[in-house]
Amino acid sequence: MSAENRVIVVGGGLAGLAAAVRVAEAGLPVDLFSLVPVKRSHSVCAQGGINACNEVARQQGYSEYQHFDETIYGGDYLADQHPVLEMANWAPKVIDLLDRMGVPFNRTSEGNRDLRLFGGSLFKRTHFAGATTGQQLLYALDEQTRRYEAEGLVKKYEFWEFLWPVTEGEGEGRRCVGIVAQDMRTMQIRPFRADAVVMATGGCGLVFGKSTNSIICNGGAAARCYQAGAWYANPEMIQVHPTAIPGADKCRLMSESARGEGGRVWVPRKKGDRRKADQIPEDERWYFLEEKYPGYGNLVPRDIATREIFDICVNQHMGVDGENQVYLDLTHKDPDYLTRKLGGIMEIYEKFVGDDPRKVPMKIFPAVHYSMGGLWTTFTPGSYTPETPVGEHKPGMVPPVDAQPGHGLAIGAPNNSMTNIDGLYAFGEVNFAYHGATRLGANALLSCIFDGLFCGVSVVNFVKGDRVREAPAESLPSQVFDRFVEQEEAKVKKLLDSVQMRGEIAPEHNGYTIANELGVEMNAACTVVKTEGRLKKCIEKVRELRERYSKVVMSDSAAWSNQSLSFVRATGDMLVIAELIAKASLEREESRGSHYRLDFPERDDDRFLKTLVGEYDPASDEHKISFREIDTSLVKPRPRTYGRVDAKPQDKKEAVAQS
Amino acid sequence: MVADNTPSADNAQETSTPEGSGRARKVRFRIKRCEGPGKPVYWQTFAVQTEPGANIISCLQKIAEHPVTVEGERTTPVTWDSGCLEEVCGACTMVINGRVRQSCSALIDRIAPNDGDEVVLEPMSKFPVIRDLWVDRQRMFEALKKIDAWVPIDGTYSLGAGPKESPETQATRYVLSTCMSCGCCLEACPQYLKEEDPAKWDSSFIGAAALSQARLFNLHETGKQGRKDRLDALMGPGGVSECGNAQNCVKVCPKHIPLTESIAAIGRAVTVHSIAKWFTGK
Ligand SMILES: Cc1cc2nc3c(=O)[nH]c(=O)nc-3n(C[C@H](O)[C@H](O)[C@H](O)COP(=O)(O)OP(=O)(O)OC[C@H]3O[C@@H](n4cnc5c(N)ncnc54)[C@H](O)[C@@H]3O)c2cc1C
Ligand code: SF4
Ligand code: SF4
Ligand code: FES
Repeated sequence: MSAENRVIVVGGGLAGLAAAVRVAEAGLPVDLFSLVPVKRSHSVCAQGGINACNEVARQQGYSEYQHFDETIYGGDYLADQHPVLEMANWAPKVIDLLDRMGVPFNRTSEGNRDLRLFGGSLFKRTHFAGATTGQQLLYALDEQTRRYEAEGLVKKYEFWEFLWPVTEGEGEGRRCVGIVAQDMRTMQIRPFRADAVVMATGGCGLVFGKSTNSIICNGGAAARCYQAGAWYANPEMIQVHPTAIPGADKCRLMSESARGEGGRVWVPRKKGDRRKADQIPEDERWYFLEEKYPGYGNLVPRDIATREIFDICVNQHMGVDGENQVYLDLTHKDPDYLTRKLGGIMEIYEKFVGDDPRKVPMKIFPAVHYSMGGLWTTFTPGSYTPETPVGEHKPGMVPPVDAQPGHGLAIGAPNNSMTNIDGLYAFGEVNFAYHGATRLGANALLSCIFDGLFCGVSVVNFVKGDRVREAPAESLPSQVFDRFVEQEEAKVKKLLDSVQMRGEIAPEHNGYTIANELGVEMNAACTVVKTEGRLKKCIEKVRELRERYSKVVMSDSAAWSNQSLSFVRATGDMLVIAELIAKASLEREESRGSHYRLDFPERDDDRFLKTLVGEYDPASDEHKISFREIDTSLVKPRPRTYGRVDAKPQDKKEAVAQS
Repeated sequence: MVADNTPSADNAQETSTPEGSGRARKVRFRIKRCEGPGKPVYWQTFAVQTEPGANIISCLQKIAEHPVTVEGERTTPVTWDSGCLEEVCGACTMVINGRVRQSCSALIDRIAPNDGDEVVLEPMSKFPVIRDLWVDRQRMFEALKKIDAWVPIDGTYSLGAGPKESPETQATRYVLSTCMSCGCCLEACPQYLKEEDPAKWDSSFIGAAALSQARLFNLHETGKQGRKDRLDALMGPGGVSECGNAQNCVKVCPKHIPLTESIAAIGRAVTVHSIAKWFTGK
């Protein structure tokens, strides 16, 4: 490394901050970009907790290996297996580190870290800090970042928007050497040089209009990398969370921890029963999840709970008060206990709905929550390579491999979590790698921090490598960068030239209206239930919106703090990703995890046990979709039923084994 | 319930079901605007069709889509700051009907329950306005640097677990640690004054939020190592002695952080610390 080497991290959520701290710790200066002060990043919203094997669970037969197995099974085998193994093995160390940073994890009376139950597991393996775990973890990393900032190793660019990656070279040899960004106050656009760029820009909930995400989660940054040639994998895998409160501006999440702490989901057995919840006797309540999934009960994974709730309301019209809502009931629990364990979300419900969930069951409905898909990344597998993939791992069995670091991934290999463009990395929710076709609750925070810490070392090693030594970004001619600055300035000019300050802007060309219509369409066509006919209609609609967007008219020409510019520009990028999501949903003619095709209701391993990869062709403005082999060398795929009692006969054996 | 324009520590008072709820109707917004530093301040009024469950943010979104005043004049979208939309990121703080609070949790049916009610929106007054309702709170983050608001760990490599902690200490620290740097406590504080010049931040009153954060880190087993530096930083000008004990801060904190307790605790610690320093010369 020379004195001039620098690393850029775009995004100051958990993944970005963990990366910034790790890279700075190695002595490499970091430029950290974020749309908002990093302390306000979307990670702050995470409520429920973070998973890791722990001593108590271990003595009941749990292990890091089982955490790995659960995650693979939960993700319906769509995740490459080596990275997931490494992540599960590091999880307990990640918790220890956060603990040392001062995260106020809930404690037992003896002073140990308390644990709770979460979906997709029969063991308590979720660590938590009240019901604002994400906030507490983010703050801990924010504090450590500030420490490096005070030392001068991290320089923050907050309220700066990432616009485009700067690359040099073509094809396989293409390398990322910096970014173009814009100051959202002064509107200055300028290039930044770096020997490696980490994208840690989170998910794309805003593509679906109202979701549980923060308002800044528009996926624009990833969409720009995609249009610049980075591959985008499994875009069709969108997680819809079963329990959210519908709202005018967003859907507010009621964390899975509500069910982990004993919350029960039900509707009145009698259709159209208008009695208040507390007047409906126990035997007239239909606890449909507990009935169908006696083993996991209310804690089946999200896609399953979501589809069951959707089915009850939309198909069977059994929703509470005839509306699209079911009860999430905690009223049987001690109110003080609830305040202690779930205070944060109790408060959210009270604040935004007006009822006290300690006294009245909450009314909830599914909402878009998480994108398993994202920028495609690669890795170097570690030392564990069984001769044949192993079968199901049951509690208490001795794991086929111990939890030593390096079994899953080669520690420090420069390509871990690197995109198809050299030197361009993707960490956190924007990385497609860890959750396959569905993410298990409380695994996202883990994957974000793991990416930042573990693959942060890979970034450092890449910068130390030959390629950078021979041509550090600092040494490149300025033309390499100017080209991209000009491209971005031209986009801005086009938008500003469209400004019309008189009369009503026609809805066809109003950027905000286009974004709203996109959200409604994507929610209707690309979430809980998908069909060929509906997807084709959706693709047409998105085409129409893109057409209209090409003639978008703006309403603000300000050369200072022009928020509309930022929003309307991102809308263009959201449209591109939306189109890719819809097309990918159409291509994957099977049902797997969160992706449910009514016309192809079964998982089809022969055709589709594969990663779907989108490649953008700028010349034709088309998406090239292909399928890549998945690394299934560690665990043999098995039916994913979660012990459903009316499962097909051949799946029954497993049902018995699991319940 | 009447429009809540009185400062109140207890947001729970708002949990009764408001009268206006569940109806679509028009609400007027009077908004204090400014196109940037040094530019004149002006007011504009908008009428917004609200829907059940609407909050300030959903109304501002509608204004952005149709930036037309009640006079029918086309204008620019109002600029504001927001993030989580669930009162946990602190971004969307503004002065609503004279009271500082988060706009995402300000439900229209509660703050303007009756037809014809007007909602007045202003940017916070203690921070420089960037544009319209968006202010620059960088000073709050600088304050966190000043008090070393972190646990000084030996790096991020695996070195085993952190210290054990009693549930009581955890509960105390947890509440303090929910501070989302929103700035409500500073807006309400008579001692905390607007200061645009970063060079003067160090000597101006640091405010309740940072004082409380100093207490948070002093309470942690490892965090304690930085205790002396934190107290040193809070001893001189701009430190804890400038608090006039007006207690406005604690009344407006959306996270119910016991700010006056924190201030008292830091005040005592600083006193003891300065006496010890005087005796030992360290
Ligand atoms: C309500 C809710 C609750 C959740 N609860 C849990 C839970 O209990 N457990 C769990 O494991 N997971 C949970 N999740 C998921 C988890 O919170 C997220 O997956 C995770 O926080 C994502 O972190 P990240 O670091 O990848 O990105 P984010 O935290 O989303 O951060 C993205 C960063 O990128 C920046 N950025 C984006 N675009 C640009 C741009 N163009 N230019 C510059 N900067 C940009 C943003 O400013 C931000 O700093 C929850 C999610 C939601 C929505
Ligand atoms: S108690 Fe101190 S910090 Fe709080 S408002 Fe009063 S003067 Fe400000
Ligand atoms: S102490 Fe309370 S009011 Fe002050 S910044 Fe923190 S959360 Fe906001
Ligand atoms: S938007 Fe985060 S607190 Fe209101």
